Amino acid sequence: MHISYQVQAGDFSNAGNVSSNIKKILKQLNFHPSLIKRIIIALYEAEVNVVAHSYGGEVVCNIAPDTVIIVVTDTGPGIPDLSLAMTEGWSTATAEVREMGFGAGMGLANIRKNADELTIDTGANQPTSITMHFSVSTEVKNEP
Amino acid sequence: MSHDEPFHHTLTIRKDLCQGCTHCMKRCPTEAIRIIGGKAHVDPERCIDCGQCMGVCPHNAIVIEQSDFQQIFQFQYRIAIIPTLLIGQFEDSITELEMIDALHAIGFTHIHYAEFGVDILKTLGNKISVYADAHPVVSSYCPAVVRLIQLRYPSLLPNVNLMRTPAQIAALYARVKLIDQGIPSQEIGVFYVTPCAAKYAQIMTPGSATSGLIQGGLNLDSVFNLMQSYFAQRPRHYKVSPTKWEIPIITGPAFLWSLTKGESAMMQGRTLSIDEVHNVIEFLELVEDERHENLDFLELRACDTGCTGGVLTPRNRFLATERIKHHAATLPKILDETHRAQILALSDKLIHNLKIDRIVAKHSLQLDQDVTVAIKKLEQVKRITAALPGIDCGLCGSPTCRALAEDIARGNASIRRCVVLKVTDPKGLNHLAKIWGEAVQKEARIPIEQQPTPEV
Ligand SMILES: Nc1ncnc2c1ncn2[C@@H]1O[C@H](COP(=O)(O)OP(=O)(O)O)[C@@H](O)[C@H]1O
Ligand code: SF4
Ligand SMILES: [Mg+2]
Repeated sequence: MHISYQVQAGDFSNAGNVSSNIKKILKQLNFHPSLIKRIIIALYEAEVNVVAHSYGGEVVCNIAPDTVIIVVTDTGPGIPDLSLAMTEGWSTATAEVREMGFGAGMGLANIRKNADELTIDTGANQPTSITMHFSVSTEVKNEP
Repeated sequence: MSHDEPFHHTLTIRKDLCQGCTHCMKRCPTEAIRIIGGKAHVDPERCIDCGQCMGVCPHNAIVIEQSDFQQIFQFQYRIAIIPTLLIGQFEDSITELEMIDALHAIGFTHIHYAEFGVDILKTLGNKISVYADAHPVVSSYCPAVVRLIQLRYPSLLPNVNLMRTPAQIAALYARVKLIDQGIPSQEIGVFYVTPCAAKYAQIMTPGSATSGLIQGGLNLDSVFNLMQSYFAQRPRHYKVSPTKWEIPIITGPAFLWSLTKGESAMMQGRTLSIDEVHNVIEFLELVEDERHENLDFLELRACDTGCTGGVLTPRNRFLATERIKHHAATLPKILDETHRAQILALSDKLIHNLKIDRIVAKHSLQLDQDVTVAIKKLEQVKRITAALPGIDCGLCGSPTCRALAEDIARGNASIRRCVVLKVTDPKGLNHLAKIWGEAVQKEARIPIEQQPTPEV
């Protein structure tokens, strides 16, 4: 199953709506609660990054019984130094953005922690595309 | 509730009174109600017994199961555990002493405030301790909220406080105290006077947190009626002698526990109080996404203003709340030494029984147990929703167009129920009904509440 949503740049008041919608869907599909939690934490961070740091973009979600693949793409300006950006606590967020409660520099690190596989395609003056794979079997393995 | 027993439900639709008006269906926070054949039906898999439907029914067609008051007389020792909000149901002309007098007159031998459990807990541990595996701790006080979490927010179950509620602790103490005086346990009946369907349902669910502690629930409105008839029959100028009965002990802060902010006021750290079930749902969504910061304790109540908003409370919730606060101000802030000593003397019989078992999830949201089938059904839901008018008129008997689409995908309804398409596009409707299930009308698929309502 395939679903996609648009994300507006700078629309902080609606940041998180896409994650909420996808969460409702995943619950209806009877995925494991901890899998849903991982997906939503990672997706929320990627969604907020599009709002906070990009010119706008979209979230495409592909749901299969064994994997959930989420691709978050935007139209730029891109991340010049990805490994620096992945560092916990590193952020280019402005003071205003921080005041709104975003910009702690933990987003990309949290995405890496929660996704089973992560590919980030980006560069200076380029669009950014983040592909996150979540595998249903991870939860089954971790069951006590 | 802690074991995987089916929920006991207490709300019943009286088919003779129900007009199929959709008020309850639109109000239900879990979309558990459908109107089928002109009558409301409740899906027991989704109902959390919050009582919202009962509150909005203009025809008094939704009733709560009543237990027989006479059952208390099976026991020689009949303990009433009363919520402090009971006093709020009366105007100031009825004093606390008169309230206690009336409770004795209708048949109880011993009376305790449910919220006295707070004082017991505080005496045993020097503070109100909580017990949960995750942060922030979520109050387990309101059983409708706990059911909601079991059904819709299972990932938050580790956050639920597993410490017994004050009423359960008060019930335990009341029994232990009598046993300590040499009274056999089987001669003691403990009855909780409940302001709501949720607490009654909890008492009636086998294996729930109250099992063994509380023998029965008595609906507050019927107890209130018995008390009122006692007041009405008293001789004129009747005066209760101040020494006739012992007034049940309780401190001021404990007295306020069931009101909004009553519990959170006694908790450590940063707390938040949220009342009314739709507000609670809105907030649980946030908690689930961990999009809250630095919170330590969440007090969540299904009813507006807390338990004074319970469906079985006869008096206006704001007036009741005011009287409770007024009365609490006259009470001591801390428990006196004599009562503390009484509690501490029984501590070894209390402390090993202060926690409940872990609470298990119940699944209600999924379209199918099998993810593959669920995905297929969800794709169908998307297509059906796109074909429906999207005005959420409710005339089909489902609360929203989307809910009807889900009912169709689940095989519980036919698209022919859509009244708008029937008028605007009867041909198209025929066509769609062929694709998505011809006049399924599997009314029986949505189980109908069949609880008999015993007479009082
Ligand atoms: N979609 C994006 N487009 C451009 N820059 C981004 C994007 N996502 C992240 N970044 C850059 O990476 C940094 C770190 O991101 P993140 O770890 O989410 O922290 P934060 O968003 O709190 O700053 C950001 O400050 C920003 O400079
Ligand atoms: S808030 Fe109180 S009265 Fe209302 S359902 Fe919960 S426990 Fe019952
Ligand atoms: Mg970020």
